[in-house]
Amino acid sequence: MSVKIGIPKTLSYYVYYPLWKKFFTELGAEVVVSDNTSRRIVDDGVKETVNDACVPIKLFHGHVANLKDRVEYIFIPRLVSVNGEQIYCPKFLGLPDMIKSTLKDLPEVIAPRIDLRKGKFELMKIVYQVGSIITKNPLQIYSAFKEAKIYFEEFNDLLKEGYTVEEALKILEGKEVDINLEENSSSLKVAVLGYPYIVYDPYVSVNMIQKLRGLGVEVVTTDMLTNQELNNQKQKLKKDLFWTFSGEVVKAGYHYYESGEIDGLIHVTAFGCGPDFMVDKLLELAAKDKEEIAFMALTIDEHTGEAGIVTRLEAFVDMLNLRRKHQ
Amino acid sequence: MKVTFPYMGTSNIVFRSVMEELGHEVVVKKPSKRTLSLGTEYAPEFACIPFKILLGTYLEALEEGADLIVTSGGRGPCRAGHYAQLQEKILRDLGYDFEMVVFEALTDSFKDFFGNIRRVAGSDLSWWQIFKLIKKEWYRLMVLDDIERLTHKVRPRELEKGMTTKAFNKAQKIVAVAETEEEITRAKEKSLDLVNDVPQDINYEPLKIGIIGEIYVVLEPFANLELERTLGEMGVEVDRSIYLTGWTKDHTFFLPKKDEVEEAAKPYLDQLVGGHGLDSVGNTILYAQDGFDGVIQLAPFTCIPEIVAKSILPEVSKDWNIPFLTIFLDEKTGKAGVTTRLEAFVDLIAKKRDKARDRIS
Repeated sequence: MSVKIGIPKTLSYYVYYPLWKKFFTELGAEVVVSDNTSRRIVDDGVKETVNDACVPIKLFHGHVANLKDRVEYIFIPRLVSVNGEQIYCPKFLGLPDMIKSTLKDLPEVIAPRIDLRKGKFELMKIVYQVGSIITKNPLQIYSAFKEAKIYFEEFNDLLKEGYTVEEALKILEGKEVDINLEENSSSLKVAVLGYPYIVYDPYVSVNMIQKLRGLGVEVVTTDMLTNQELNNQKQKLKKDLFWTFSGEVVKAGYHYYESGEIDGLIHVTAFGCGPDFMVDKLLELAAKDKEEIAFMALTIDEHTGEAGIVTRLEAFVDMLNLRRKHQ
Repeated sequence: MKVTFPYMGTSNIVFRSVMEELGHEVVVKKPSKRTLSLGTEYAPEFACIPFKILLGTYLEALEEGADLIVTSGGRGPCRAGHYAQLQEKILRDLGYDFEMVVFEALTDSFKDFFGNIRRVAGSDLSWWQIFKLIKKEWYRLMVLDDIERLTHKVRPRELEKGMTTKAFNKAQKIVAVAETEEEITRAKEKSLDLVNDVPQDINYEPLKIGIIGEIYVVLEPFANLELERTLGEMGVEVDRSIYLTGWTKDHTFFLPKKDEVEEAAKPYLDQLVGGHGLDSVGNTILYAQDGFDGVIQLAPFTCIPEIVAKSILPEVSKDWNIPFLTIFLDEKTGKAGVTTRLEAFVDLIAKKRDKARDRIS
């Protein structure tokens, strides 16, 4: 019987899941993902977490609780630095420790420290460390990782084309996806910026991207930009942001402001998110110089109702339409 | 130039002295309610209280004509490392014109660090004179920390409430006016005597509480609603885990070295999480080993590193049998509320100590 490895369907799931899934399955393990975010998962998370934590951390606890009785291992990598320069939010750094302190009766937690500031060789060490839980054969581990990387690149290519994470995963699994990403020059274009685990989680973001598309809006995101395009914006920041995701969001915002291709920008943020107050203020201040681009911040928390968000989205789109008519 | 800087505990005496010796006029006020309201008005909602107080401090100073802000940076992942840049943007957006000098860690860039010193010091002084000045003021800072440490011991034993604080205020003034190192040494002796002379009950055995948490709210009494004084006057001896002299040594001049605290925290939190998150966990264990009766964690609302620490502390507290209380501070925290919680906490740990003693006797 194969080993069951659990992956919580939140946080870095929305960035790295294809990589991990392919890696583990190539090695012969069975990957189990927690259920879609639901009222119940949110409530379970809220119950277990310190009350001052941000929504994503509460969610994460909920997903682990959902998963823990079904698997032999839970994979919670300690993401410290992936690009060798920036680090992740302190909550990511302390995530495995928080989980182990808070939740009881956990299966074994696989928590490799992913800190690529230590050099290229470090990645190979981490890959072996994780793979060796399943097999001790280095050849098998590295060839599995190679396969996983190819799969991961395909995934990222799909995101660049404008598919959401969910859609991209479906396509990779060979399922039909019913959307049309053809560019239509007459439609409104709105950038939806925020962390992947907020923007792409259908429950958390109350399906914002689909809703906007339904209103006839073309949606662009951070993931549709290349690293090059993001890095070009670096010089506009006096000091590059410490945090990987936050830096990407700000730079994506600056890029879209500069290119002027969008009619509006929506910054989606989670209640209690530490770095986001800076991201939000930076985007807001930059928007002041761009009269033709509208800016809106949407804060989402564990009580957010769909109706409230939809109303604001509709109002925003109405306003953009009116504005366009005026011109 | 007219210069301002972050106001944090007794360190303002030292910074003021440095700036004045460099020929600047200093405009900095002790944070007040108005400072915080101003800061809160222009800061983003989820900024932490240190951000709001600092922004308010700068606004008040700019109103009075300050044209140079000197502050420190940081390399994260604590948010404070970005505060200077964001505050500058906000202040410029409000239409103020000023210069801002941000000191990053010496280890980040020697050139920037010394370049910044030059910018603040001007071109008149030689490097040797600057070095001597820094050495002297560093000594003043250490003296102030020593005196403050003593007040923490004396305050719970004072016979008349408020006497220690009075003596401490007087002592700060004495140290502030000392001009040479010799004078600082004399001021130190005089100040220590002054605090020691407060009439005390020498047989009283106070409860001992360790203070952990984020540096700004631990060091600045306005931010923590004078927690140390409140506890002291309840008859509790406090020990603070952070002093500016210790922190500066770790962060500016040398590579961070935290051996003991880091070692202690390792089984619970095996990763630096920025700010003082790791220190909070490690110091709690050290306090437990030193026989303290309890620990109080002070943190700004939405402070990420301290939230990480807080979610780990219950386990530490259980394993080491040391009670802890977390107080999150924001612009809406009221002193009465905090005092009530402190009283309840002190009652609890007093009962715990009595029980433990009964068992022994």
